[in-house]
Amino acid sequence: MTAITRAEVEHLARLARLQLTDDELDHYAGQLDVILQSVARVSEVAAEDIPPTSHPIPVQNVFRDDVARPGLDRSAVAAGAPAWEDDRFRVPRILDEE
Amino acid sequence: MTTTAETMPYAEAIAAFEPVLGLETHVELGTASKMFCSCPTAFGADPNTQVCPVCLGLPGSMPVVNRMGVESTIRMGLALNCSIAEWCRFARKNYFYPDMPKDYQISQYDEPLCFDGWLDVTVETDDGPRAFRVEIERVHMEEDTGKLTHAGGATGRIHGADYSLVDYNRAGIPLIEIVTKPIVGTGELAPLVARAYVTELRDLMRSLGVSDVRMEEGSLRCDVNVSLNRAGDDWGTRSETKNVNSLRSVERAVRSEIERQAAVLSSGGRVIQETRHFHEDTGRSTPGRSKEQAEDYRYFPEPDLVPVAPSREWVEELRGTLPELPSAKRARLRAEWGISDHDFQTLVNGGALELVEATIAEGVDPAAARKWWTGELARIANDREIELADVPVSPGQIKHIQRLIEDGSLTDKLARQVIEGIIAGEGDVDDVVAGRGLAVVSDDSALLAAIDQALVDQPDVAEKIRGGKVQAAGAIVGAVMKATRGQADAAKVRALLFERLGVSE
Repeated sequence: MTAITRAEVEHLARLARLQLTDDELDHYAGQLDVILQSVARVSEVAAEDIPPTSHPIPVQNVFRDDVARPGLDRSAVAAGAPAWEDDRFRVPRILDEE
Repeated sequence: MTTTAETMPYAEAIAAFEPVLGLETHVELGTASKMFCSCPTAFGADPNTQVCPVCLGLPGSMPVVNRMGVESTIRMGLALNCSIAEWCRFARKNYFYPDMPKDYQISQYDEPLCFDGWLDVTVETDDGPRAFRVEIERVHMEEDTGKLTHAGGATGRIHGADYSLVDYNRAGIPLIEIVTKPIVGTGELAPLVARAYVTELRDLMRSLGVSDVRMEEGSLRCDVNVSLNRAGDDWGTRSETKNVNSLRSVERAVRSEIERQAAVLSSGGRVIQETRHFHEDTGRSTPGRSKEQAEDYRYFPEPDLVPVAPSREWVEELRGTLPELPSAKRARLRAEWGISDHDFQTLVNGGALELVEATIAEGVDPAAARKWWTGELARIANDREIELADVPVSPGQIKHIQRLIEDGSLTDKLARQVIEGIIAGEGDVDDVVAGRGLAVVSDDSALLAAIDQALVDQPDVAEKIRGGKVQAAGAIVGAVMKATRGQADAAKVRALLFERLGVSE
């Protein structure tokens, strides 16, 4: 039994904006299947009385006080931008795919 | 891009179909810092000056939850009669869009902080007020996105834009999302119920102090879900109209979507499940993304944040901080002021309630306070097409003006000029009175001098009055008013005139 189908891998690739060839899809679908089946083994040993965890350390309620502090200098922000115009990040046109 | 959707007249649509509504409302909380980092949240700052590695999604940065954001959400949940989760988590909502530099938004998914509540709203009908209970599905925490400006192209809209510019100052500002359960049984009142609900939410948030809800700054945004079905049938397919950013638009969006779907269904068509965009200018919506294929957010528990588990003690402590809620307050004020349902509703609908209340709290007589805010100031707001609360005159200034009227320093007419001056930016009440020379001439000797002059100028009129023709006095009073540039009290001038001439009225 497979843990993930080729169609699901294709769908995920599209969501991740990855363009895969047919050969690559076959290749990765097989690899991902092995990984998922390996991980699935954990559920074989997880008993009913063991709650699933989403975090490795058992802490909760970590908060900070609502105090504002200055952020980065704008020149530093701009320095990290691939493209910059009018004090803003410049990004390619959106909605092209619709 | 425009779509001329065929519509069915509203009355006809409602006669044929029953609407089911659902409202998702996003409100920015009024915290000083962002939800997951310490960047300031001031509105209107220069682009990208309130950002840091966390809200820019830089590698290695880690979010930390703002306690105030959690407390505000719990307080809002309590005010909406919700249960508060004993344990919940944040979740990543994954999507590629440049408004979030992380390529995901931190939100909550199947474990909202607050759930299963309700909010009662009242709408005015021809048969008097009618109450509806709107069931609340959930209230959850998330973060706002950055602001895109579409550049190039002919329209400045997203369609046809060559590229976009992004300001991340807004990215990471705490948002709460309030989701209703399906609202049924509203019939033709659906648009009014939707508007009343959002209005009540706004008032609730303001009274809790968790947000000042500046709608014109986009701090409250509504997504409106509408479906139609024929009586007795299952619910229809719903559309979701986004971009609904004013109370008036909520009402218009529901109405126009009912008219559109009714036309589709009655011509044998099928409503498709889609996201539509509302346009303030036309009051209509156009289709956006088709939901069936576009939405797959792959939510998973946020690994960079630990669970939120509010103790029952903390929740009860927060419950103790809830103020008198707007519905209870309205009932109390109506009783205290002793005014009719209709007059009270006029105050509420005109957005005058808080202003009148604040003016009375300043010590102004209730009737006078109501008169100012529903009269002259409402007229000014209406002329300028702004909210009453945005008229730049304060309850304290109204108190000052009212006091000057009561001690005879101003007439109603002069008071209106003072307000005009305040709005024109001529300063506070005293500045305008001094600057425009508006004080009533109440000095008897000055008035008597003007009266004497008028009598000399119009000897024939003076003779008539002495002869007992008191109705002739108007000409003299008019001359005095003119001489004092309207700044005398006409009744007083009249009394002084008769006294001067030894005539009784």
